[in-house]
Amino acid sequence: MLLEYIAIAVMIAVATLIAGIAIGLGELFGPKKASAAKSMPYESGMNPYGEGTRRMPVRFYLIAVLFILFDIEVVFLLPWAITFRKLGLFGLIEMAIFIVILLIGYVYAWGKGALEWE
Amino acid sequence: MIPLSWYLILAAGLFSIGLFGVLVRRNAVAILLGVELMLNAVNINLVSFWRYGDVLKMTGQVFAIIVFAVAAAEVAVGLALVISVYRSRNTVIADELDMMKW
Amino acid sequence: MTQPTINDFHTILPMIVLSVWACLLLLVDLFIPKDRKGITALLAALGLILSLGFNLTRIGMESVGFSGMVVLDGFATFANVLLLLSGLFGVALAYGYVRRMGIERGEYYTLLLFSVCGMMLMAQAADLIIVFLALELLSIPLYVLAAFARGDMQSQEAGVKYFLLGAFATGFVVYGTALVFGATGTTSLGGIFAAASAGASTGSGNGLMFTIGAALILVGFGFKVAAVPFHMWTPDVYQGAPSAATAFMSSGAKVAGFVALLRVFSTSFPALASDMNGILWTLSALTMIVGNLIAIAQTNIKRMLAYSSIAHAGYILMAFVSYGNPQVASVSIASGMFYLMAYTLTNFGAWSVVVALEKAEGKGLEIADYAGVARKHPALAAAMAVFMLSFIGFPPTLGMVGKFYLFRAAIAGGYTGLALIGVLTSLVSAYYYLRVVVNMYMREGELVPEREPWLGFATALTAAATVALSLVPQWVFLLASTAVMK
Repeated sequence: MLLEYIAIAVMIAVATLIAGIAIGLGELFGPKKASAAKSMPYESGMNPYGEGTRRMPVRFYLIAVLFILFDIEVVFLLPWAITFRKLGLFGLIEMAIFIVILLIGYVYAWGKGALEWE
Repeated sequence: MIPLSWYLILAAGLFSIGLFGVLVRRNAVAILLGVELMLNAVNINLVSFWRYGDVLKMTGQVFAIIVFAVAAAEVAVGLALVISVYRSRNTVIADELDMMKW
Repeated sequence: MTQPTINDFHTILPMIVLSVWACLLLLVDLFIPKDRKGITALLAALGLILSLGFNLTRIGMESVGFSGMVVLDGFATFANVLLLLSGLFGVALAYGYVRRMGIERGEYYTLLLFSVCGMMLMAQAADLIIVFLALELLSIPLYVLAAFARGDMQSQEAGVKYFLLGAFATGFVVYGTALVFGATGTTSLGGIFAAASAGASTGSGNGLMFTIGAALILVGFGFKVAAVPFHMWTPDVYQGAPSAATAFMSSGAKVAGFVALLRVFSTSFPALASDMNGILWTLSALTMIVGNLIAIAQTNIKRMLAYSSIAHAGYILMAFVSYGNPQVASVSIASGMFYLMAYTLTNFGAWSVVVALEKAEGKGLEIADYAGVARKHPALAAAMAVFMLSFIGFPPTLGMVGKFYLFRAAIAGGYTGLALIGVLTSLVSAYYYLRVVVNMYMREGELVPEREPWLGFATALTAAATVALSLVPQWVFLLASTAVMK
């Protein structure tokens, strides 16, 4: 029973090892020049100053929402890609219809100006 | 092999955590997170029922995919609604949405 | 892998037509100038009429499509007609209203069409996956419609509340569905019935899982149709949402919810009838009592109609209680469908009057504001009187005939107590419905109703139908009887 888990244990060990080596080598041989900018906490290239709850442009949310919607549709493409040969022409047509429906949403978002930053 | 009931208990636990979140959290976004937990619990159920049932019938898997795709659509609409409330009232606390009696 | 044939598409043709139309309308609307959105409304109505036409050609047809995922039968056709009419009335009520309130945008009509698509899919669903998909397709546009008045905080609040409670309810429906799937190994409604009757005596844990699953589905739909104790969202959402949107959601969503409940329970769960009877009885009685009693205390017409819609959910639930009894099930389902139709017509009529009397900034929504309407606009007041009488169940209106059939079916099923509660609560409801009529006729007031052609047409049509159809009740009941599932 426990033997089944050996593979997982090995994988954990190898992953830890590789990550450790990568970080360790950098630590050993890399140049160390501390600067104010380098020791700042990293926050996706934005200045991590001010309060934690500061305002962000609401545009970010719009982009995020659009991203969720178009991203999640890939989930339907993957099973289709795997069974592509079995489904044949009919599957292709179905998928084309599906993409066209997505496209309609995309054109709508575009036409409404949701994709423009300003 | 791990028995089916373990997965079901996990899913029931997750569902209850989500339910608890919906009932006690006051922040609308946190309530939304609770709802999502409930839906994910359903997905665990669906996939494990599929795995322990007739593996050749894909119902469980397909259902799970549909559930989270639809959940994404729901979240998109929900977040948009919450944002529009936030813009006009500066709060996402559900209790403060009290212009009308609850 | 079975390839779909043309027959599969024929099965859900009215819905396909409408969804394609809605997609195209979404794009066409981009090119319609802001001050001409009336064109979008007319195009939306055209799509609904087109779909209705296709639907009418399907009367008497029966088929199953897409490997048993969708079904076409008398029940679905009847429900589809009702749902498409709801859509048409929804457009008619919104046409002038959204302009007057300054919230006119083409998306209103597109969202409405998508919601109707979801409702029609619900009526034709023969698989729990489709039920779930349809539930979401009909609900998500409604959340947006509830919050459609962007500048109005009440509308936004209504949208968020409706969304949170709706998503919560959906969670219950899918969890229940998953448990039923686990217990029976299938999501097909017919398959569940077969599996449940085959393994009724075997499998101890499965039986429990099956029952819990069915109960969770009932809870989820209880939220959707606003049955007590799952009704708390209703008054707030109905009050906050734009009145035209409320009219549509209180009719369409209720019809779709009940249609799904009827379909799922009578197809899949007859085996659980003995467990469910008591629960349904209690739900129905509670909903009638609580809805009618709280409605008395309301001063706002929209909240009053919200509680009235809760109360009517209770009456319709009465048709469910005996769903497992084969002797009375068909009559009781027919009465339920009949009442749904009566409710839809009356409800749209009443809301059309509310829409006609509502002024910008939420003025004209108190019942006291209705004073003197009879003098300024006698026809409107007369129509409102008809709708209120129909809600009470007073002759000669459709509501009276509907209640008569419901109570008769309940008594035939052996639920005399429930029918008695129905009669008593109807008497109680006379108090708050008649108060509106008294206000309009007996008092003096300032409010001047809006006169809009489509709105007036909708009011006149629903009022005429409410009275005229009640004169030929057997004929209408015969129609509703075609809607009974085999």
